[in-house]
Amino acid sequence: MASAIPVLPDQRIAELSAPYREALAAKRRTTLVGLLVLAVLTMAAARVAEVDPGKFLANISRFTDYFGRLFYLDTGKLVFTDVAEWFWGFGKWARHIVDTLLIAYLGTLLGAIFGFFLCFAATVNMAVSPAQRFVARRFLEFCRTVPELVFALIFVVAFGLGPVPGVLAIMIHTLGALGKLFAEVVENIDMKPVEGAIAAGATRWQAIRYAVVPQVLPNFASYALLRFEINVRGASVMGFVGAGGIGAELIEAIRKFYYSDVSAILVLIIATVMVIDVVTERIRHGLISPEHAR
Amino acid sequence: MTPSRIFSDHTGIKSRHGALIRGSARERFLPFVVAGLLLALAAFAMFRLEFSLGRLGPGIVQLGTFLGLMIPPSPGGHLASLAKALAETVAIAFLGTLLAAVLAFPLGFLAARNTMANAVVRFMTRRFSDTIRGVDTLIWALIWINVVGLGPFAGVLAIMTSDIGSFSKLYSEAIEAIDRKGSEGVLSTGGSSLHAIRFGIVPQVMPVLISQVLYYFESNTRSATIIGIVGAGGIGLHLAEMIRTYDWDKVAFIILMILVTVAIIDFLSSKLRLAIVGKRSLTS
Repeated sequence: MASAIPVLPDQRIAELSAPYREALAAKRRTTLVGLLVLAVLTMAAARVAEVDPGKFLANISRFTDYFGRLFYLDTGKLVFTDVAEWFWGFGKWARHIVDTLLIAYLGTLLGAIFGFFLCFAATVNMAVSPAQRFVARRFLEFCRTVPELVFALIFVVAFGLGPVPGVLAIMIHTLGALGKLFAEVVENIDMKPVEGAIAAGATRWQAIRYAVVPQVLPNFASYALLRFEINVRGASVMGFVGAGGIGAELIEAIRKFYYSDVSAILVLIIATVMVIDVVTERIRHGLISPEHAR
Repeated sequence: MTPSRIFSDHTGIKSRHGALIRGSARERFLPFVVAGLLLALAAFAMFRLEFSLGRLGPGIVQLGTFLGLMIPPSPGGHLASLAKALAETVAIAFLGTLLAAVLAFPLGFLAARNTMANAVVRFMTRRFSDTIRGVDTLIWALIWINVVGLGPFAGVLAIMTSDIGSFSKLYSEAIEAIDRKGSEGVLSTGGSSLHAIRFGIVPQVMPVLISQVLYYFESNTRSATIIGIVGAGGIGLHLAEMIRTYDWDKVAFIILMILVTVAIIDFLSSKLRLAIVGKRSLTS
């Protein structure tokens, strides 16, 4: 069967392979230049960030050492041999974990509510004027670009230590992040119901209530749940700056070298995050799939 | 908008098809039940977290005072040291992202169903990346400070560690979503499975991976601004210090610097993404 494959004349092959080789060489050159630029940037960044592979290699034993020590109790036994001793502070830590979850929940809920009312102003199809859209978009950008921990630091000074600044910081960040996502959802809706509602004499917010919200609610809820998941992680470190939750216990344990406490709290945080991930994923699939099936 | 009487026999239709118009009991009451539960939980949270008007009111007044003191923003003679700290922040984000992107590359293949047949390896890789992703960057920074000491290097390692988890998850999802024809073609012409990965899968997933890495570079710049709070280098240290000493004009200046930097990086990375990936969407 090999003879069935037509063989091109040599001249034709030469004609075709020359541009092929050229194209290949050009692509190689681009990749090479790209890698060179990347290498130069990396060297520069490494200088600025005081990267020291020597120090890293010399101290890497401390890393493994540290992790090893996390799994030993003060008595020198492995943590798994005496779980009751390992989790001696379980009641206290569990209460802080509940607080962390409540901070994340309240921050997400308030942020989602404000994000809902603000998102329409940031859309192409529902904003009253380009000026309103510009202002709304810049505001949402500001809220999500400033890290929530920075807000938390400022709010701790204004509102005092405790979970209140944590909730407010998460709320502002969530409002910025969700406002943007909500606006994108609203921009992709079918405008016919909105036109119908307005033709029938609806005001802007009536049109939103009866023509937009039914279309976007499942997506909004899904994004809010996803954000809740992220915020649980965020709330777990709010305590580092005194803004409530389990973070305060964790940073104290790390700073005071209570190794087994560090690992116990980390295990609790990781387990909580994983449970929340699984639960919200279930709910989100339930929210989105029946909508698609319809 | 009360339903108007469009039909001549409105009450008749309503009495005959009432169940259809009103919907089932479940459809009618579910929204109220869900909203009620959400609100009840919110009320409980407010009670437990000691939310009170007596606390919010004075706090908001104080925030207003701070805002007033923030104008005009000024570097207060520290411009050079702030610029250096900001460069450090960007360097931390850049190196952390790059190291994580490289180190997570093999993990992505180990966690993808179509490149790793062994379910045990796959499961272990996924749980590993889930675990390191469950720990916040700031916690990793604290742990790395114990190893390499205070300074930006700990920040690089912290960003790297937490991103390895995210990247290996994103990579494996991209690898699982590819078109199989390329690697089947390579295998059918006698290539090994490594050949299939190199010539059948990598060319397909590379643009997707690069664009995800670029997205993360931008968000890591934001993370890198705060790891300084725990002593892992960058502008965060200055920011926390200025907030503690109530230097609000400097705080405002640093925040503006961060906003501008993030905007520049956002602009550059989206240009780069367009150049590398073209105009196709991230998920395709």
